[in-house]
Amino acid sequence: MDYATFLQIFDTALRFATPLLLACLAGLYSERAGIFDIGLEGKMLMAAMASAAVAALTGSVWIGLLAGIVGSLVFAAVHGLASITFRGNQLISGVALNFVAAGITVLVAQTLFQQGGRTPPLSGAARFQPVHLPFVEAIREVPVIGPFYADVLSGHTILVYVALALVPATWWLLYRTRFGLRLRAVGENPASVDTAGVSVIRLRFTAVAITGLLCGLAGAYMSTGLQAGFGREMTAGRGYIALAALIFANWKPWAALWATLLFGFFQALALRPDVVQAVLRFPVPVPVLDALPYVLTVIVLAGLIGKPSPPRAGGEPYVKER
Amino acid sequence: MDKLPRWADLALVPLISLLLAAAVSAVVLLAIGQSPSQALWVMVEGALLSPYGWGYTLYYATSFMFTGLAVVVAFHGGLFNIGGEGQAQLGGLGVALVCLSLPWPHWTLALPAAILGAALFGAAWAAIPAWLQARRGSHIVITTIMFNYIAAALMIYVLVEVLKPAGQMDPASARFPPGTNLPTLHEIPGLSLIFTKQVPANVSLFVALAACFGVWVLMWRTRLGYEIRAFGKQPAAARYAGISAFKVTMIAMLISGALSGMMAINNVMGESERLLQNASEGAGFIGIAVALMGRNHPVGVFLAALLFGFLYQGGAELGLWTSIPIELRTVVQGLVILFTGALDQMVRMLLVRLIRTSRSRTPAQAQGGM
Amino acid sequence: MAGQTPSGRQETAAPFAIELKGISKAFGPVQANKDISIQVAHGSIHGIIGENGAGKSTLMSILYGFYRADSGVIEINGRPTTIPDSQSAIRAGIGMVFQHFKLVQNFTVLENVVLGAEDGALLGPSLTKARRVLADLSREYELDVDPDAVVEDLSVGHQQRVEILKALYRQAEILILDEPTGVLTPDEADHLFRILRGLKDQGKTVILITHKLREIMEITDAVSVMRRGTMVATVKTAETSPEALAELMVGRKVLLHVHKGPANPGRNVLSVENLRVVDEAKVERLRGISFDIRAGEILGIAGVAGNGQSELLEVLGGFGRATGRVVLNGTELDISGRASDGQSRRAAGIAHVPEDRQRLGLIMDFTAWENVAFGYHHAPEYQRNAALMDNDAIRADCAGKMQRFDVRPPLPELPAKSFSGGNQQKIVVAREIERNPDLLLVGQPTRGVDIGAIEFIHKQIVALRDAGKAVLLVSVELDEILSLSDRIAVMFDGRIMGFRDPAQTNERELGLLMAGVEG
Repeated sequence: MDYATFLQIFDTALRFATPLLLACLAGLYSERAGIFDIGLEGKMLMAAMASAAVAALTGSVWIGLLAGIVGSLVFAAVHGLASITFRGNQLISGVALNFVAAGITVLVAQTLFQQGGRTPPLSGAARFQPVHLPFVEAIREVPVIGPFYADVLSGHTILVYVALALVPATWWLLYRTRFGLRLRAVGENPASVDTAGVSVIRLRFTAVAITGLLCGLAGAYMSTGLQAGFGREMTAGRGYIALAALIFANWKPWAALWATLLFGFFQALALRPDVVQAVLRFPVPVPVLDALPYVLTVIVLAGLIGKPSPPRAGGEPYVKER
Repeated sequence: MDKLPRWADLALVPLISLLLAAAVSAVVLLAIGQSPSQALWVMVEGALLSPYGWGYTLYYATSFMFTGLAVVVAFHGGLFNIGGEGQAQLGGLGVALVCLSLPWPHWTLALPAAILGAALFGAAWAAIPAWLQARRGSHIVITTIMFNYIAAALMIYVLVEVLKPAGQMDPASARFPPGTNLPTLHEIPGLSLIFTKQVPANVSLFVALAACFGVWVLMWRTRLGYEIRAFGKQPAAARYAGISAFKVTMIAMLISGALSGMMAINNVMGESERLLQNASEGAGFIGIAVALMGRNHPVGVFLAALLFGFLYQGGAELGLWTSIPIELRTVVQGLVILFTGALDQMVRMLLVRLIRTSRSRTPAQAQGGM
Repeated sequence: MAGQTPSGRQETAAPFAIELKGISKAFGPVQANKDISIQVAHGSIHGIIGENGAGKSTLMSILYGFYRADSGVIEINGRPTTIPDSQSAIRAGIGMVFQHFKLVQNFTVLENVVLGAEDGALLGPSLTKARRVLADLSREYELDVDPDAVVEDLSVGHQQRVEILKALYRQAEILILDEPTGVLTPDEADHLFRILRGLKDQGKTVILITHKLREIMEITDAVSVMRRGTMVATVKTAETSPEALAELMVGRKVLLHVHKGPANPGRNVLSVENLRVVDEAKVERLRGISFDIRAGEILGIAGVAGNGQSELLEVLGGFGRATGRVVLNGTELDISGRASDGQSRRAAGIAHVPEDRQRLGLIMDFTAWENVAFGYHHAPEYQRNAALMDNDAIRADCAGKMQRFDVRPPLPELPAKSFSGGNQQKIVVAREIERNPDLLLVGQPTRGVDIGAIEFIHKQIVALRDAGKAVLLVSVELDEILSLSDRIAVMFDGRIMGFRDPAQTNERELGLLMAGVEG
């Protein structure tokens, strides 16, 4: 494999990693606050459909983005209600909402566009356009780093850079602000927050809202940045992979970046069986490459790579001690 | 009154949850410009008003009984097995291998062998997530979901590379020998008087009913069932009592996987009579809804499976006769899971309020909580 | 007498820091607090005593804003105050130190203190200020803690100091402590009392909730007794006695000692040699202890919770691994391998009443009869055949046990969670004792159990011993150990500090051993 091919794959990897990263950071906020959310998948799907549909109808990708965020927030709100207000089983809520999202997205898309549950292909202002970083042409001449900067880092749509920027932003928010301290506390021991006079419910709902927002970005990116429209079940399990990345990253923002890049890399490899064959020197069937991210997830979960330490109060509804 | 009486908790809560799910679905239908009442009529007519419709409803219900029981057994052990879909697909592989391996003379011989094959393959697919949970504490929800996706990839590979007869285009296995064909309800003497047309519901319905009874006996009449239930409720206490967490987790999941796998004798052996891609068609997931609606009890599973059979057949009819996409049934399925599984507290609070206001109308003394 | 307090709160003419008038609170049909009235004087240490379920926790929850009282008035410094939430309680100058600490285990001391009382949206300035204030507070009240230590690395006594510092950081004038000494050694408890006296000297008011009569007598100025949701009496500590208080708590004369005849010990039943337990964090929980128990003998293990007693019970009960040697009735028990499990132990003749009945001893959602079979679900008398259990036989056995052990209500179909703590314990005790074990392990048999059931359970344990069985009793209640045991072993930090004859020792000596002071 030559350097140019490597850059190509890495470029693809970064693009594939973006929805994973956004969804992973989304899950980070929820889980750090003590709310399990396996409904990332459904929220992404909802956002993907909503943003593609609205972008197709209005011709503006930004209004589409807004619609995607709103769609995701609606599902986030339901999950928050079920998990926090009604103290329901958070896993079941997530699974249920994923089903609802899978069905409703196709229903709405079919009603709007009659194209078999898809949105019409997007183009022009209804899609995110590549952003070129400054001094691209000048830096390209620099050996090794130049093409990396020019072909891998530059030329992505804006949400990719937003996702990357969200990593240090999340770190700062979690560890350098009052909100972050309280958020982490509420996921470890909600009673500590409650007895200090801070509302557990408000903190958790805020976390859930942030999750909805970030999943909105993830889904919108998929249908208006990564691809050019929405198709049924287009998220194909990315929400779950993002969860695996979160566990792999031990619920830390910077580790989440590397974890999702790794998963994105595997997804990029699946598109280039020729490269895999060239490197490994025997043919690998396409279904095997397709299954790789999921297999890696299982390996991560088997704790074969480090021992995960989740927030202590994760998944438990908070009930005041009598 | 703070708590519901037991009968209300068992019967009313699922009923109200179902009504709420139906109500939200109706709203969705209205929002996309369809008529809920017309939709309901089409569904009822197509699923319940003719033996032919019932033949389809019962066919789907059979699959859902298997997958529902699978979720129930795992649930009692404290495990949320979402891998029924993948386990059912692997069960289909087991059935196909059994049926294609020998020239079976009669279905009474082929069926037990196929059941064994389906159960074994389904259990095997559940074994790895089970072992990972039992030994390494890996969350079974995510591992089973992953195994669903891996199963899909695996089945594509197997169907295209291994089982597809030469010269055939579509990814499917060869047809099973005629000795493996299961009699449908139309072909069973006695029942053929009711089911005058060919229907997909077949002998495996009775296997499913037997499985319901078997699960009931297992969970509430055997030592193993006792251990599974105790462990599911309080794993730490189970250790005190000398109940092996590893053994219970593995066995509960293996039984669960086996039950999901057994679904394949209904659709793969009984209906399509060859192995197709995506044979299970979401039945594994519906098992979750069925288990929740059925309050984790085999009798409830039976009733809920009938309900979802109606939904499935009705949804198919909707797809045929109206412009409502078939995905509506996924929405309903998700809503049912949501209301019965996650929002059950909300439903209970609603019921408590309703019962309280109806009681306050009579000057009877308020009952103490149960 | 409190003058102008440091926070500048107004001094009024009324002498009471807190006055409660007619506080009532019901949860459904249960009247947790009925018309409670108390007056707590400024700068005093006021005790509130009562049995489990007397309503103390509810009252304190009302004071801290967790619950709203149904009726009644709260007056702080003479001014009527509503406390709808914890924020208001903190603003009113109330600080609470809970029985179960409300700390974030993997935060530092500083982060825990600052949580919820931060100065502004950015953490940096808050932490700097907190560091300074903490240093002052530590000096003033003998509350030394390393502000950068991670809480889970601290001892229980130090963690409690963090809780007190939290309250003081928020300028609490009234400190409420809920069962503070349950997890402390006698030495740590003494240090706590010094801290409390220091607080009192600085004009703070302290309310001490406890069920330990001795502490009330030692440190409080006044004590209020609660019983079944009502305030039965408030007296000056100097004018009362433990016996009088116990009688007020229960409403009748209470026998504080168990009536039992002399022991008649026979052959060795249990022999423990050099038992060692190392936990997951590689910490040694049992450091090679050795002891024997004979038939017809009750060996009482005294010690503060967390010194290895739980691990000892787990090993003997079959759900903890260890090295060393354990011999029961001449046969060596497997303590680290395959056969080291609860079923093998039961087969060998060991029964176990666990320390935490609700977490371990019972399946709360199972019915009483299902619980009667718990641990013994393989017993032949409970089976119909090789495949099926005989649920009717189990139900009948449950009914019999309920009658013999006076379990109320005697309904086998009732789920375990519907029974009171005492009746739950009686079900567990009945189940284990009627197995006729050679060795009975009992952990905290009367925790959360009302006095009537306590007497009954104690009688049963003595009866078992009189029938020639061996009993290993673990309890943090020294009274219980002293009155029940034929021999006492004191554990501290995973070791047995010494054996004592209950007739020839006292609480002072045992307390020293419990605190690690060599006897």
